[in-house]
Amino acid sequence: MSSSEILPQTPERVLSARAGGWDLLGSEISVLFRRRRTWAMLIAVALIPILLAVAVRLSSSTLEPGEGPPFLDRVTQNGLFVGFTAMVVAIPLFLPLTIGVVAGDTIAGEAGLGTLRYLLVAPAGRVRLLLVKYAGAALFCLVATLTLTVSGAFIGAALFPVGPVTLLSGDTISVPESLLRSLLVAAYVTVSLLGLSMIGLFFSTLTDVPVGAMAATIVVSVIAQILDVIPQLDWLHPWLFSHYWLGFADLLRQPLDLGSFGQNAIVQFCYVAVFGALAYSRFVTRDILS
Amino acid sequence: MTGTVTTASQGDGLAIETRGLTKKFGSQTAVNGIDLMVPRGSVFGFLGPNGSGKTTSIRMLLGLTQATSGTISVLGQPMPARLREVLPRVGALVEGPAFYPFLSGAANLRRLDTADRFAPRGTRRARVQGALERVGLSHAADKKVHAYSLGMKQRLGIANALILPRELLVLDEPTNGLDPQGMREVRSLVRSLAAEGTTVFVSSHLLAEVEQMCTHAAVMSAGSLVAQGTLAQLRQVGESRVHLRTPDAAGALRVLTHLGLGPAHATSDAADAVVVAPLGDTNWQPEAIVTALVAGGVRIRGFAIVEPSLEERFVALTGEGFDVVQ
Repeated sequence: MSSSEILPQTPERVLSARAGGWDLLGSEISVLFRRRRTWAMLIAVALIPILLAVAVRLSSSTLEPGEGPPFLDRVTQNGLFVGFTAMVVAIPLFLPLTIGVVAGDTIAGEAGLGTLRYLLVAPAGRVRLLLVKYAGAALFCLVATLTLTVSGAFIGAALFPVGPVTLLSGDTISVPESLLRSLLVAAYVTVSLLGLSMIGLFFSTLTDVPVGAMAATIVVSVIAQILDVIPQLDWLHPWLFSHYWLGFADLLRQPLDLGSFGQNAIVQFCYVAVFGALAYSRFVTRDILS
Repeated sequence: MTGTVTTASQGDGLAIETRGLTKKFGSQTAVNGIDLMVPRGSVFGFLGPNGSGKTTSIRMLLGLTQATSGTISVLGQPMPARLREVLPRVGALVEGPAFYPFLSGAANLRRLDTADRFAPRGTRRARVQGALERVGLSHAADKKVHAYSLGMKQRLGIANALILPRELLVLDEPTNGLDPQGMREVRSLVRSLAAEGTTVFVSSHLLAEVEQMCTHAAVMSAGSLVAQGTLAQLRQVGESRVHLRTPDAAGALRVLTHLGLGPAHATSDAADAVVVAPLGDTNWQPEAIVTALVAGGVRIRGFAIVEPSLEERFVALTGEGFDVVQ
């Protein structure tokens, strides 16, 4: 096979060949989900509801309402609560940890490998690369929360009775509707993590050492939650990206209250906008020395 | 800038042209006002010891870092202003190959190819396959890169520059880590690419490599461009010298000085001395010098006019030894 048969012959033909740019996103997603690290994190996420359900099933003592994490006392009555409980357990630390790893790795990981210079020389375009990297991180947020939700639903159905769900408001909803509510919770948690993802992307543009960006992202998520429990800082609380993280309980009321969903989305959007602008201004002018 | 040889300056005929290109990192000047002129169609050797600013210059040419001052034009377009149009026409290997170790060689090339939005998807597999064939890596296409040797990674890096037909190839130290056989293959690959009309800009700290494959060269030293031109032009700057073996050193020195050659000096002992004298700008033919020596009673055991080598020139420009000039 001679090269002229398979290669466009003139640069003009190359330039006019295709004016698309979606292939890089596809490639990014495929690289992200081909990494063993990504799979390890998703498996760990899936294990959270499993561990929780098995522990509750094996323990003979019944919990008093309000004991343990929220919803835990309801798990034995209805398996559909396993997913909700696992979500409450995973949100403060474990999910931010996985997001920190993925978002912190975005640019710094490429820089650490040296592939950043080859992507930019290709040329990927710096803004395009940032957008693709963020899209990849956001997709991971969605996949991680869905993994937890689906794993929770299965293990809950396997170990506990499943039936109409009694909501926090005292109303009862059918099983299909409760599954819909589960997906809504997953969507809520995904949106909750978008701000942190952008913070991670920004940190990732600051360094060539991915571990540094990952650690910084995780530390920031912990600090935000600490600030959120200091009463003297209550003026700050509505502006912390972690403030509405556990607010999805509102989605378990009848009638459905989307107020906290909206507030959460606004706060997350602000963080995406601010840290997106910071990442942009840092990355487009940065000297790539890795 | 003394000692700079330039080709006849022509605007359109240049694949790369820089004016006063400077890069400072804090107070340190890594590249100091270089005026690089790389003619289209040339195989251009970018020579210099480690740390002389070659890679920093290449990073600026490719828009990876911003110049502190000066202008860059690549393939007739200003950089980095027209980066999006220029870089698809440029293939590059910058400061060693870099790949995702958990992906196969072919998957790595496909990944980097998706970054170029003009690279057609339909031919991607075939193009990657063709590039791997060209560097002799077809057999390892599906092996994960973490299992590659340094030489294989280097080849894969070159393959990455060849996924699309390019007008300009920028190869930074392409033979690094290759065995002699691999070096020969890279040299013949560069020659065949040049024969197809691609301009090849290749940096190296190895003079022999540049001498074997380049038509033009530029020499960097401590961030400055100290010489550039065709290889013939670079050689010309050095002086031809008379090398004379004789037992009559004193007489030889006298005759040569009389002819206007000099300063002449004798090495080793008087019984079998070697007398060396630069020809300078005298136009003496070798036979005339020999005749004059014989007439002056000098016995000649050996006589030669030694042409300047590129190596002498290189050493004269950049200094000898391992010291990194700062």
